[in-house]
Amino acid sequence: MHDMTISRRDLLRSGLCGAAGLMLPGGLRAAPAVSAPRAKAVIQIWMWGGPTHIDTFDPKPDAGYDYCGPLDKAIGTNADGIQIGQSLPLLAKQADKYSILRGMTHGVNAHETASYMVQTGRKAGDGDVYPSAGAVTSLLKGYDAGYKGLIPPYIVLTAPQGRFSESGFLGSRYRPFSTGGDPKAERFAVEGVVAEGISDDRQRGRRELLHKLDALGQAMPDSSEFKALDACEKQAYDLILGDAGKIFDLTAEKDAVRDCYGRNTFGQSCLMARRLVEKGVPYVTINYKGWDTHKQHFQTMRQKLPEMDQGMSTLLQDLSDRGLLDSTIVWWGGEFGRRPKVQWDPPWNGGRGHYGNAFSSVVAGGGFKGGIVVGATDAKGEEVIDRPIHPWDLVASMYELLGFDPSAMLPHPQGKKIHVYPDMAAGLKKGGRLKEIMS
Amino acid sequence: MKELLTVKRLECYLLIVVAAAMSGWGLAGSPVVPFEIADKAQPRHQGDRLVFKRLSKLGMTPAALCSDAVFHRRLYLDVIGTLPTTAETKAFLADKSSGKRSKLVDRLMAREEFADYWALKWCDLLRVKAEFPINLWPNAAQAYHRWVRTCLVENVPYDKFARDLLTASGSNFRVPQVNFYRSMQSKTPEAIAKGVALGFMGARTDEWPEKKKHDLAAFFSKVGFKGTSEWKEEVVYFDQWKTNAVKLMVSTFPDGTPVRLKPAEDPRVTFTDWLVRPENPWFAANAVNRVWFWLMGRGIVHEPDDFRSDNPPQNEELLRWLAKELVSADYDLKHIYRLILNSRTYQQSAIPATDHPERTASFAHYPVRRLDAEVLIDALCQITGTTEEYTSAIPEPFTFIPEDQRSIELMDGSISSPFLDMFGRPARDTGLLLERNNRPTAAQRLHLLNSSHIRKKFETSGKMKKLLKSKVKPQQLIARIYMEILSRPPTKAEIEAAMTYEKSSKLGRWRASMDLAWALINTKEFMYRH
Repeated sequence: MHDMTISRRDLLRSGLCGAAGLMLPGGLRAAPAVSAPRAKAVIQIWMWGGPTHIDTFDPKPDAGYDYCGPLDKAIGTNADGIQIGQSLPLLAKQADKYSILRGMTHGVNAHETASYMVQTGRKAGDGDVYPSAGAVTSLLKGYDAGYKGLIPPYIVLTAPQGRFSESGFLGSRYRPFSTGGDPKAERFAVEGVVAEGISDDRQRGRRELLHKLDALGQAMPDSSEFKALDACEKQAYDLILGDAGKIFDLTAEKDAVRDCYGRNTFGQSCLMARRLVEKGVPYVTINYKGWDTHKQHFQTMRQKLPEMDQGMSTLLQDLSDRGLLDSTIVWWGGEFGRRPKVQWDPPWNGGRGHYGNAFSSVVAGGGFKGGIVVGATDAKGEEVIDRPIHPWDLVASMYELLGFDPSAMLPHPQGKKIHVYPDMAAGLKKGGRLKEIMS
Repeated sequence: MKELLTVKRLECYLLIVVAAAMSGWGLAGSPVVPFEIADKAQPRHQGDRLVFKRLSKLGMTPAALCSDAVFHRRLYLDVIGTLPTTAETKAFLADKSSGKRSKLVDRLMAREEFADYWALKWCDLLRVKAEFPINLWPNAAQAYHRWVRTCLVENVPYDKFARDLLTASGSNFRVPQVNFYRSMQSKTPEAIAKGVALGFMGARTDEWPEKKKHDLAAFFSKVGFKGTSEWKEEVVYFDQWKTNAVKLMVSTFPDGTPVRLKPAEDPRVTFTDWLVRPENPWFAANAVNRVWFWLMGRGIVHEPDDFRSDNPPQNEELLRWLAKELVSADYDLKHIYRLILNSRTYQQSAIPATDHPERTASFAHYPVRRLDAEVLIDALCQITGTTEEYTSAIPEPFTFIPEDQRSIELMDGSISSPFLDMFGRPARDTGLLLERNNRPTAAQRLHLLNSSHIRKKFETSGKMKKLLKSKVKPQQLIARIYMEILSRPPTKAEIEAAMTYEKSSKLGRWRASMDLAWALINTKEFMYRH
């Protein structure tokens, strides 16, 4: 089992526990990674609302109708001895690429707190709101760390997740850029980047007019506030008028590729995420809504699981074919799982409630091995019986693969000393980092 | 403003000003049209004298007086978080009576939006939010907001306001001010003490010595919380028998005075008695410093909620004078608003008259600040006559938001929109004043320059359509667009630039006018308080 001594040993092994590492001042920004990172990017498939674990990656076909409802079959996969839910036949053929974390647990059944814990890897309520994994990646792999791309380093497709402020105490510089628009539309109108019906000429003309009429700006040429705004404006126009924005033009992809991903918002978001990662964007979240299935759960699963199966399996295959999977973590999961025992009575009519006691996440690529199951739940999917994995175990494992400096601290506005790695916080019950699947 | 200046002279001024600005001359000479007017820079009260004294000691001259148009717009945005309408602007600019600025101050402070806007600011620092990390729950958050707003409408004296918050007991739904104790990230005595020190002393306890923290926590060690049979109801009360790690009996106030606490007496009351005494070094000073920060963009102690001995006020005499004014006005905060808003210091131009690096910290000019997220979107809605959708992730009937809701009226930090989040509305996580983030980002810039959200507001705007279809001369149309968006008439040069654009772009009147409106909402003059 992994415990604190292991994490300490990890530190020693990476050679940063020595005096030099510890003497670095707090608020160390953008520390260079120590060893070459395994992962360059993360694609987070955020299952907004909390996806069922029992109908997806932790099937319990023998638990009976009260647990399985009509989805009572598990299917074999291309990984030895691993079975997943019957609704994911395409992902079953990709199981050698991902590992299933069946020991996920935090015990919280409220969306806000659970979303916060899973996305930040932090416990709630100690007086600070910590940044999400995306915001931390944006800090350590974004503009402060030499990222030069015009596309913002932390993208959300397509709408913000909400629930809490993703950048936490790091502040709005590290907020995700949410694209708006719909990638399945004829033209993916990324909010702010693509304006339909405004030609580039007119864009330029308007910009000139704006500068001509900017009387206050002209009267205060040395204002630092205005200089900061001008810098943002330049960045914005580079995106609007430059080539960088073309990344969002999905029509540049072959029809066959687009079909393969599925001509729906999720499928095309997966394709978009692949394009972004290919261009060097370090963190992309696909905010996949619709999993908070209190009512009529099984009808929703019949409609949504095939869509998820198609998009996600194609993403894994495509990343692998392009040689990107080795350097890209794909992280699937939501804030919690869903209650294994079905609520058949009205008003639920076959619904599943929130369930933070035991649930599943899936990780692939970027140094995570595939074809392995980590942790296990009991026969009904209600309790973790082997290898518990807490949110901080998972987030810290990703950070390690992303090559974040083990001694680095997050810049805190009041100067508090806070480790980048969430599993280094005091007082946590730990399952340990996912060494069994990290290469 | 000298509207009678001939056009020629106006242009002349502009040329001089632009030339001066470009060549880096000091701007102490002629006032910059249309933002400034000449005056003798006379102090209007002791506060001005103390600011000017400090400036002259540092070798700085205060900025010129802002023009009537600038003052009018500034006051609306600062005092009621609302853009003036064209009719209001016209009436103010046409008013030739003396004392019209001061009358406007009183008029705006009596408006409903005054309570809306300041309830918003107060609820930021009181962390009024239904869910995460503060978990007030929607109907408690709304009751609390309503209570705060009512206090503002009734202009409850600040000491009474503080006492009500600090000593109340009862149900979170029925005695809304008890939510003060529920809006900390945890309910331990230490966490409560931290929230109290931040809110009423402007002090951050994190760096305090352990003993001092512990002593302050003692006053909140008997705050009890209990549920009722009503869903999400919680009663806050004095729990005499509560046991916890904090030892009672003898404690010490933060100023070092020892106090004996009696078991049957609510220690919150003991603390409040100490807090609101006129000689308390934190209470009034923190209150006036916060108002100064809100109106002047920067605290006399800065950051405005970081009072400590190694962070001295920039102008100690000024802070002391304001605090004394608050006490002698029986803690009437509106008196402080009036003093500041009528001051020559507040009515300075945004354009500094000195290059001194301390010019902003010393209040040598009115500092430009991007409009608050809420004020900005409300202004865009007002110009276009459109509405916005606000939602809460918490599925409750209490969070129904009517379509025409203005965002400065939103009562609960869990109710938001992507625009508000993008433009730095505080998450109400910490209660720190600088959690509200008005710094620009590229994403914000993209949004105002090029998003379908903003574009649709203009393209579908009935109000804009009516304006653009009106049968008036091009110059008049341009003037109307200017009045609506920038709250001032255009200069001759601006009219010409807009007319030239229409001709050379060959876009036709409709689209060229749309582009003009687009350009104006993207000017610094629109986006920034100035």
